[in-house]
Amino acid sequence: MNILICVKVVPDSDTIIKIAPDGKTIDETNIRLAINPYDEYALEAGVQLKEKFGGEVTVISVGDENAAGVIKKCLPVGADKALHLIAPNSRMADALSIARMLADEIRNHPFDIIFCGKTTIDAQNGLVGELLGSLLNIPVISAASQFSIDGNRAVVSRDVDGTKEIVECALPCLVTAEKGLTKPRYPSLREIMLAKKKQIDSRPVVLGDPNLCVLGMEYPPNRPPGKIVGEGVGAVPELVRLLTEEAKVL
Amino acid sequence: MLKVLIFVEHKKGVIKKVTAETLSVGKNIAGQAPLTAVVFGAGAKNAASCLAKYGADRVIVFESEYLTNPMSKNAAKPLTDIITQEQPDVVLFPHTAVIKELLAAVSANLGVSPIVDCVAIENSDEKLVCCRSVYAGKIVASLKSNQKPTIVSLRPNIFQIIEHSVDTKIEEFSFRMNATDILTTIREISCEGKTRPELMEAKIIVAGGRGMGCAENFVLLEQLADFLGAAVGASRSVVDAEWQPQCIQIGQTGKTVAPELYIACGISGAIQHLAGIYSSKTIVAINSDPDAPIFKIADYGIVGDVREIVPALILELKKAKQSS
Ligand SMILES: Cc1cc2nc3c(=O)[nH]c(=O)nc-3n(C[C@H](O)[C@H](O)[C@H](O)COP(=O)(O)OP(=O)(O)OC[C@H]3O[C@@H](n4cnc5c(N)ncnc54)[C@H](O)[C@@H]3O)c2cc1C
Ligand SMILES: Nc1ncnc2c1ncn2[C@@H]1O[C@H](COP(=O)(O)O)[C@@H](O)[C@H]1O
Repeated sequence: MNILICVKVVPDSDTIIKIAPDGKTIDETNIRLAINPYDEYALEAGVQLKEKFGGEVTVISVGDENAAGVIKKCLPVGADKALHLIAPNSRMADALSIARMLADEIRNHPFDIIFCGKTTIDAQNGLVGELLGSLLNIPVISAASQFSIDGNRAVVSRDVDGTKEIVECALPCLVTAEKGLTKPRYPSLREIMLAKKKQIDSRPVVLGDPNLCVLGMEYPPNRPPGKIVGEGVGAVPELVRLLTEEAKVL
Repeated sequence: MLKVLIFVEHKKGVIKKVTAETLSVGKNIAGQAPLTAVVFGAGAKNAASCLAKYGADRVIVFESEYLTNPMSKNAAKPLTDIITQEQPDVVLFPHTAVIKELLAAVSANLGVSPIVDCVAIENSDEKLVCCRSVYAGKIVASLKSNQKPTIVSLRPNIFQIIEHSVDTKIEEFSFRMNATDILTTIREISCEGKTRPELMEAKIIVAGGRGMGCAENFVLLEQLADFLGAAVGASRSVVDAEWQPQCIQIGQTGKTVAPELYIACGISGAIQHLAGIYSSKTIVAINSDPDAPIFKIADYGIVGDVREIVPALILELKKAKQSS
């Protein structure tokens, strides 16, 4: 089975994000980078599939030079190959431009299934996977919380606005990973050593003209400082009064 | 004047609150131009008749025996056709999990990069400026599209519903759908006998963290939620400990919510959790640790043990209700 995983390298979720002097991008110096958390679930799903059916797992990532070190971390987890498409300043590129770049590359790779994350935690579009599937003309199932292969079909279960659904489609297809799809493994020291032999293949690419333009970035308005109503059950009547009379939310 | 087209989310003819919000925004940016709504699937005509109230001048309906999941990607072909035919300047969608695949498929068909999950939108000189939150809510970006149509989706529970009364003209769209257009088949399996509102649309959310102590103690939150007509949410720690299902996790790797009242019980207030609740109108925190970070962003806090405070709160609310 040929399994492709689309992975983005993003600022770690704990990192402090500062707006750059241009007011339209973030300051990329001194931020800690990590694999997008949903892409870790996607990668693990791909590796588990390979372990069950055999085949090869290839990771593809579009990102700037700095992403290389983090992309390498996919190898000990079980990816056989990694392809880094180097595109400077692509962090906030619009989803369609990224999806087109990935689609152009993927057309050169045979594949049975593609896994993406449900969303990135930087651009937060939750779109690239769905757009990519459409560009490749294959079925897409998003936000999978369980996944299996049944003959030539992918069977996914997911939660949609409180309703549980089971969705099926034919292979080849694209599935995006919700948290909980898999539990990402911690590679052993041995796997880390062995992975050192694997190479990441990298190549510069040029993104098309942007479809969206970022006019500016701002920090969200601070929430006004709150107050501690009191301690213990004695404070409860006052809380109810404040919610009713001051906040008017009851 | 912008020509605006809106895709309606409904369940068997009943429109969702976010649909009314989207229509209200659409009416506002369309100005004097007629507002067109599109409704697919069984019950479409029923839904169409409810749309007049929110200002839809025209409603295009489409039903097909093959289209059993009218909000799924399977509906991409007819919707793409309608947009190509109508040539709107703006297409608005509610931002919901159900519609995302369809929105993406239509965008890919049209070669448009959408602006999703917007929290503010403005018609500035016939150009839309949209704001959305990025980097887990740490930054708000404003964007403009260079494409026609501009495709935008709106976050639920943010925009005000404005009622208008207009005369709505209903038109049927003719399109021949085939079995081969159905790429994915969906079997719904449970609504879990739901009586509580959906998290994304709930006016009040009662959420529990690890400070609840154990899965069984969530009964307290359910009682509080049921009294208030609220939804129940959870922190990631609670989901990872399997006290609660993933589908109610709130935060960066869960849902982003914007209720009028968010009551955080035994939640420390980690940055990843706050990312999901930042747009709530009022936040209440109940936590035994006076230094818990949640108190920094909560409007009202009580320092105390959730196992005592929550039952006391239910009692007090009942008293308040009886005396009013
Ligand atoms: C990539 C990434 C993504 C993440 N995404 C999310 C996400 O989407 N959502 C999310 O919630 N977290 C997320 N997290 C996890 C987050 O960092 C925190 O670990 C988590 O939110 C903590 O949950 P908690 O507040 O329930 O538990 P804790 O941090 O353990 O806090 C428990 C709180 O309960 C209080 N307490 C204890 N006993 C009582 C009592 N009897 N009465 C009252 N209070 C009591 C304590 O004082 C404490 O403040 C993410 C983390 C990472 C790295
Ligand atoms: N630059 C990128 N390189 C590779 N994959 C990406 C990239 N951006 C997004 N993806 C994939 O698409 C998913 C959704 O991204 P987004 O639409 O940005 O939220 C991610 O979880 C990845 O799997």
